Amino acid sequence: MKTLAELPLHKRSLVVNIKEGALHTKLLEMGLYSGKPVEVLFKAPFGDPIAVDIDGYVLSMRLDEAVYVEVADAP
Amino acid sequence: MKKIALFGNPNTGKSSLFNRLTGLKQHIGNFPGVTVEKSSGILKANNETYNITDFPGTYSVYPRSLDERVVYDVISNPQHAEFPDLIVVVVDATNLERNLLLFSQLYDLGLPTIMALNMTDVAARRNISIDINQVQQAFERAKIVRINARIGTGIPDLIASFSTIQFNSADKEKKPLEAIDDSAAQAADTNSRYQNIRHLIEATVQVTNTEKGKRSNADRILTHPVLGYLIFFLLLLFIFQSVFTLAAYPMDWIDGSFTALSSWLSETLPPGLFTRLLSEGIVPGIGGVLVFVPQIALLFFLLSILEETGYMARVVFLMDRLMRPFGLNGKSVVPLISSAACAIPGIMAARTIASHKERLTTILVAPLISCSARIPVYTLLISLVIPNTRFWGVFSLQGLVLFGLYVLGIVGALAVAWVLKKLLKTKELSIFLLELPSYKSPRWGNIGLEVLNKVKIFVTDAGKIIVAISILLWALASFGPGTEMEDAAKQVASKNISIERYQEEVAAAKLEHSYMGYLGKGIEPVIRPLGYDWKIGISLLTSFAAREVFVGSLATIYSVHQEGEDPTPLIERLKMEKRTDGKPTYSLASGLSLLVFYVFAMQCMATLAVVKRETKSWKWPLIQTAYMGVMAYLGAFIVFNMFS
Repeated sequence: MKTLAELPLHKRSLVVNIKEGALHTKLLEMGLYSGKPVEVLFKAPFGDPIAVDIDGYVLSMRLDEAVYVEVADAP
Repeated sequence: MKKIALFGNPNTGKSSLFNRLTGLKQHIGNFPGVTVEKSSGILKANNETYNITDFPGTYSVYPRSLDERVVYDVISNPQHAEFPDLIVVVVDATNLERNLLLFSQLYDLGLPTIMALNMTDVAARRNISIDINQVQQAFERAKIVRINARIGTGIPDLIASFSTIQFNSADKEKKPLEAIDDSAAQAADTNSRYQNIRHLIEATVQVTNTEKGKRSNADRILTHPVLGYLIFFLLLLFIFQSVFTLAAYPMDWIDGSFTALSSWLSETLPPGLFTRLLSEGIVPGIGGVLVFVPQIALLFFLLSILEETGYMARVVFLMDRLMRPFGLNGKSVVPLISSAACAIPGIMAARTIASHKERLTTILVAPLISCSARIPVYTLLISLVIPNTRFWGVFSLQGLVLFGLYVLGIVGALAVAWVLKKLLKTKELSIFLLELPSYKSPRWGNIGLEVLNKVKIFVTDAGKIIVAISILLWALASFGPGTEMEDAAKQVASKNISIERYQEEVAAAKLEHSYMGYLGKGIEPVIRPLGYDWKIGISLLTSFAAREVFVGSLATIYSVHQEGEDPTPLIERLKMEKRTDGKPTYSLASGLSLLVFYVFAMQCMATLAVVKRETKSWKWPLIQTAYMGVMAYLGAFIVFNMFS
């Protein structure tokens, strides 16, 4: 399964699942529930962290956090 | 007195609302039992006095950091001293879905709840329309008040609603919080809440023609890989210049005023112990506190602008990857750069770092960055022991050594941060996840209050400690065992020398026979391996007040008359100073050793006091003084032996 960390810029995608782990609940609380549309808006120099549009607000996250978010192409 | 708690997501305008409600009647304290800062304030309205507490911004009642834990601890325990009678949840209308998660969690606790729906006007401008009646139906016990905390609309309505809502209504539909460590239950609860919220949003929020998914034009420039860094470093340079240069004018004025006040007092009041205590101990002590105020005020004025506009989040975003290997936060850059002017405002600026471990690391390494108080010490010692030669025609050797000292401080700070990353244990998760809020113009009222609060905290909390230590240092240097100081002063021959010369020699003799003088002699065996004698020992001890005191102490000990700030007479005198074996005391080896010592050693009581204030215990300032002392001693020892 592809994760948010691998998404190219501006590819509209949907959250499919948050992997189990210490960050699971926190990521959910930030609005990354299954079915949520997301899009990588821009990346910091060195490609890490990334800035993600979460359907209305911009959340920045490190790549080692983004790998917990599994995504699929938006229809 | 009714207790009102303010909750809300970060960046929702919660602090603006708090400032609107309480204005200048704010007080910064602590939540009981924890080191988390608590802002509370008084509001008198509706023939009632309300005590309003601004809780840390959170996305959920379930904590992921120590600051956020305060919310859970208070709200889950009706016996808690801070347990509110009424809660006001600030909800950002431009991002209703995520904001409603926290709101619904708090609403379900059954306390009287007000939803302060912020920025509905901004939402309308972004073509987001909200059917408030339907939201009200979903949360029927709550009172919804539309406000704009930035421009102040709706605040009177909100205050009026405090009296119309029922206080302490027991409610049957309460849903208690999940256990703090049961993350599976929390996740399930969050999922089901978002499901309900999504249904509500579908029914109540209409979004037409939004431009979502676009990077704002400002971010296109400010987070650009090249331009972004360039702008940030120009901003840092500007901040540094302001704290360093601009603040110098009011600082000189404060310094001059207190010196004048001291001499006026000692001339006017009847001579005696009390007059000396006042004019030589207390007044200079207070002056030593107030002299930092311009730097603190200026730095926090500039930093609050960066925070208020939303730019600070971009700084963290840009710098995270560079600071991460050292266990520092993207936000650590600003405190560390500010510390090149002065560590006091720098350490206070670390407060904005959310992670406790990263904040502590920043505070612990900040004083290693060479500050402006080291410059008089550096320039004196460099012109004393480093030959004024040039190589390749352009580089001055003295300039190069000065540059090297700054580099040594920065390398030392990063190295210690790296070690602390391995050593410091934390129960906190290391989370970066950071919202990049939309850019806003700053609200000057918020900035003014922030500056005022920071100055108040420094003067009242750290100020006490600074005054106490400076009185102690003054007493040690002004009194000696028995009548030895007076006897030594009488030994000074008054024949054939001018009155000024005589007074300088008396001062030198007195200092040598004071408690401080004996302490300096007492530590001589310890500092001899570094190439120092007891005269340097005394100067090291007195300069714990502040590093630049080193120069003044040497001048007193060698009874050199100093005209203004020109160190030339002192340098001439120090060059003649010989050890018992006939070699110069201030050789290349001992001079470099002293320089390295001043790069690393704490030697600043104000830093000690402010670290105590910011970490809320004596543990960290003492650990910091100790580790810096060990680094200074070892560094000086190695350098002395390398060059002798």
